[in-house]
Amino acid sequence: MNRLLRRNVWHLLLVPLCLVWVYPFVWMISAAFKTPKEMLLGGLSLLPDHATLDNFRRAWTTAKFSTYTANTVTFSIAVVVLVLLVASAAGYALSRPGLPGKKVLVAVLVATMFIPHGYTIIPTFVLVNGLGLGNGLLGAALAQAGPALVVPVLLFMGFFSGIPKELEEAARMDGAGYLRTYWQVMLPLAKPVIGTVALLNFIGAWNAFFIPLVFTLGNPDLRTLGVGMYGFYGQDTTDWTGLAAAACISVVPIVVVFLFLQRTFVEGIAGAVKS
Amino acid sequence: MTTTIERVVRKAPVPERPRRGRGAFRRHLWSYVFLIPLVLLFGGFTVWPMIASWWYAFFDWDGVGSPADWVGLANFREVLASDAFWRAFWHSFVFSLAAIFVELPLALVLAILLNNSWLRFRNLYRLVLFLPVVATTAVIGIVIAILLDPAGGLVNRILLDSGLIDQPVNFLGSTSIALPTLLSIDVWKGFGITLIYWLAALQTVPKDLQEAAAIDGAGFWRSLRFVTLPVVMPIAIVILLLVFQRSLNTFDLVRAVTEGGPDYATDVVPTYIYRYAFDPSLQAPRYGFASAAGVVFGLLTLVVTLLQAPFMRRRVGS
Repeated sequence: MNRLLRRNVWHLLLVPLCLVWVYPFVWMISAAFKTPKEMLLGGLSLLPDHATLDNFRRAWTTAKFSTYTANTVTFSIAVVVLVLLVASAAGYALSRPGLPGKKVLVAVLVATMFIPHGYTIIPTFVLVNGLGLGNGLLGAALAQAGPALVVPVLLFMGFFSGIPKELEEAARMDGAGYLRTYWQVMLPLAKPVIGTVALLNFIGAWNAFFIPLVFTLGNPDLRTLGVGMYGFYGQDTTDWTGLAAAACISVVPIVVVFLFLQRTFVEGIAGAVKS
Repeated sequence: MTTTIERVVRKAPVPERPRRGRGAFRRHLWSYVFLIPLVLLFGGFTVWPMIASWWYAFFDWDGVGSPADWVGLANFREVLASDAFWRAFWHSFVFSLAAIFVELPLALVLAILLNNSWLRFRNLYRLVLFLPVVATTAVIGIVIAILLDPAGGLVNRILLDSGLIDQPVNFLGSTSIALPTLLSIDVWKGFGITLIYWLAALQTVPKDLQEAAAIDGAGFWRSLRFVTLPVVMPIAIVILLLVFQRSLNTFDLVRAVTEGGPDYATDVVPTYIYRYAFDPSLQAPRYGFASAAGVVFGLLTLVVTLLQAPFMRRRVGS
């Protein structure tokens, strides 16, 4: 009895903590359905008196969050595709036994994770402009994907190294070359790694702010949701219900994705730390 | 293409000896082809910028054309003499201190608690504490800024109604409270990921080791001190470095919520650099000067990281 009590006492600490933790989200959703008038005068109730979709309409069309959503989806998918293709190919190559230069390359990759970068945004910006991709989402996606490659490469390398050699030899006997072995034999086996890498980078790209901000300075129509929210707040600091609706548009989709795939996500982060 | 396949097939059954030089290179030709995208992308967007920052820092350059106006160490001298830079550096450092001395230990305590299989709803708790991590920093930061607004924001309303204060607190608009407020939001935002790091580390502690300690009569504290912590320590150093790096690069939250204000009270090095290179209100960007600030920042953080090294080695040794 005593033991049971002692164990359950922790909930007295954890429940209030968690309520504080989720409150901003709950408030955001509730405020998005309130009228501006109720927001101004109303009490602290989380249930709106007269639920309205007006805020969403305003955020979606007037504040251009429809465009920003499309941009964010494009940007995030581009980053995920780039990271998957480049990291899986490199991870496969680095898992070949006895590849000369492998150790040096892996050492450089790992070292950059821990060496402070200072601020590398200016050369990145100059390079993307030099490539003629300055005002486009592709340039931003390249700049976002480049530094995000280290962990995915290491994950793919570890996975491919663990695949029994016999499997590959069998593929070779069947006449599959390097490319076909990679594309038709190894890559389908790597589905769990692909899932983890895709999810981690999708969430990372969706939430990215610095890179999309810098690369859309000259072209507001290319803003992603995070940058759009910043612009909206800068323009209209007092439209709280509209801002809450815009925040819902930005945050709710990614939180839903996370909730559905949280196991993959959490295990991916945990795996990256352990390795 | 066909020739490659034929060659591989013909060779395949014969075990190959690793060869040096041209032979080894040809044998691994495809592997090197597969590494080209990585070398281009990673080289272009991580390695090259680290080198180019140094180069740009020696020029007075507004980003038009290529850097031509060599100024030697003038940019560095200006950075080092700039009070605003040192203030921004101190704020960045305070973000790290908060992450290392507040977030890291608190997350460890909670991870130890949530790692107990007897605790009910522990997965739900973990999920809730992780939620801020997946929300876009800039977006959720603005939501919290609204909650903290002095004119009708929820937090002030509750504090006023309950009689704890008689005047609204200007959480983000006052030079003395704005930084602590942002630090709290930052801890709230990053807490979940540090918690997951710690939980992953705790999972590596072998169960039978803990059971053996329990049989030997070790209580909770002794078991923690002599079994759990020594096993976790090597991973703890990685976690410390990850948290340190993340906190030093705080940009999204500060830029979106306060833009470094009021009166630069929350300015951090990344926002300082951003202002000189990209701020639209600027007449001409100062890429050279901003690069110099980035280089100095990189060097200073390297020094701080190295200062932690002896401390870490001692912890690993014991």
